[in-house]
Amino acid sequence: MNLFDIVGPVMVGPSSSHTAGAVRIGYIAHLLLNEKVHKAEIYLHGSFLATGKGHGTDRAIIAGLLGMHPEDERIPNSFQVAKECGMEFTVAGIELRDAHPNSVLLKLTGEHGRELEVQAASLGGGRIKICKLDGLEANFCGDYPTLIVHNQDQPGHVAEVTSMLAHKSVNIATMQLYRDRRGGNAVMIIECDKELPKESIEWLEKLEGIRKVTYLSLVENYEF
Amino acid sequence: MSFKSLKEIVDCANKEKKPFWRVILEEDMSERMVSEEESFGTMKGMYDTMRMADASYDEKLKSASGLVGGDGKKMKEAVEAGKTMAGDFIGDVMVKALKMGESNACMKRIVAAPTAGSCGVMPAVFLTYQEKYKVSDEKMIEAMFVAAGIGEVIAERAFIAGATGGCQAEIGSASAMAAGGLAYLQGGAEEEIVHAAAMSLKNLLGLVCDPVAGLVEVPCVKRNVIGAVNAITSADMAMAGIVSRIPPDEVIDAMRAVGMALPGTLKETGEGGLAATPAGEEIARRMSK
Repeated sequence: MNLFDIVGPVMVGPSSSHTAGAVRIGYIAHLLLNEKVHKAEIYLHGSFLATGKGHGTDRAIIAGLLGMHPEDERIPNSFQVAKECGMEFTVAGIELRDAHPNSVLLKLTGEHGRELEVQAASLGGGRIKICKLDGLEANFCGDYPTLIVHNQDQPGHVAEVTSMLAHKSVNIATMQLYRDRRGGNAVMIIECDKELPKESIEWLEKLEGIRKVTYLSLVENYEF
Repeated sequence: MSFKSLKEIVDCANKEKKPFWRVILEEDMSERMVSEEESFGTMKGMYDTMRMADASYDEKLKSASGLVGGDGKKMKEAVEAGKTMAGDFIGDVMVKALKMGESNACMKRIVAAPTAGSCGVMPAVFLTYQEKYKVSDEKMIEAMFVAAGIGEVIAERAFIAGATGGCQAEIGSASAMAAGGLAYLQGGAEEEIVHAAAMSLKNLLGLVCDPVAGLVEVPCVKRNVIGAVNAITSADMAMAGIVSRIPPDEVIDAMRAVGMALPGTLKETGEGGLAATPAGEEIARRMSK
């Protein structure tokens, strides 16, 4: 926490967790999709569902999906903005298992057909956590450039990815590995100290056994 | 690393012969690796945003529940008509606190200080102070650093979220921050600053977070008023030479202990206190439809 987490952030009210955090979840999810969101299914859980309407949580998530930041004054009118941009969306309730009370599940489709499922939680004070990606465990907050690789669970993929990072002189801040079962779907989540070049991500996508590469760039309009 | 106690800041200020606000500014510079201009500029941005948020108050707006909106205007009319016992200065502080709390509830842009629910306290006292005493923007930004430094220690030693510590952690912290800033503006030295903060926090110890229907509306908006007014009276006490008999850092520790002891129903769940009254439950029922 720094000084401007105490005096700040500048945000549209009324709640740092239910409004500002919700905008940020939408914003990070739209960066992860890396395409203009064409269709969004939004499922609110727990306190997000119970008090979300009064806190504008639904409008906040849509605003974030449209690329708005928590201080954007268009947040209260985001439904209208979405309509103008041709973004379709639905909002419903859901009961997620073992989820944080302020959680949401997003099912997104991009304008070029890319699909992504994100489960995220708002932790308070505007801070968030991405909890699941495409149904697999994840645990990152979107403060670093983050590389998410889904691969078949077999030897060598971690070495391929980390060798590439070493080759590009990208230092790893944190790294996590998960899988659903032996030999099944695995995911590695790597938070980096600097941005990755686009060609490295394209190179990874072509490797055998790599099923999907998602990259969270903190640079606006980064495309791969 | 941020400061772990107010005493550390006071000791550092005394040892290096620097004012309280400069100790905080330099700590931010090293923490975020930014220049003095950048740090000062960011804080100025926060103050300017508070001023804009105050100016853009819209008396016609209503909150999601329909319960919040228009009270800032009512208060302003009463102050202007000379009907308030509290007088002009406190009257204007009340007006600004209500306006900012209402703007937040109505999805307008505010500065969380330290939280969105308590966003009215600091601007209410600081903007009013500047209007009445005609001090420079620079001086006001310095007071903002004093307030932020106090808030940082409270966040470090205790908490600043209603969900973890109750309203004392939100409005209480905001009030302590504002009180320290006011003591500085009134010419207070390090000791007066921390004692103003301590007395302010003491006065709100135990305040529960019991939002009706779980929304940042009732009683949050009006609690910004008590936070702001309490900051003024605490700063006045400190400047009169009155001290907190419990050392400031121990007051913060007590706030933490009280917050830990509060049941979950009184920590932003909307299940206790005012939220659990028949009227509060009726509003919650209406909202869930």
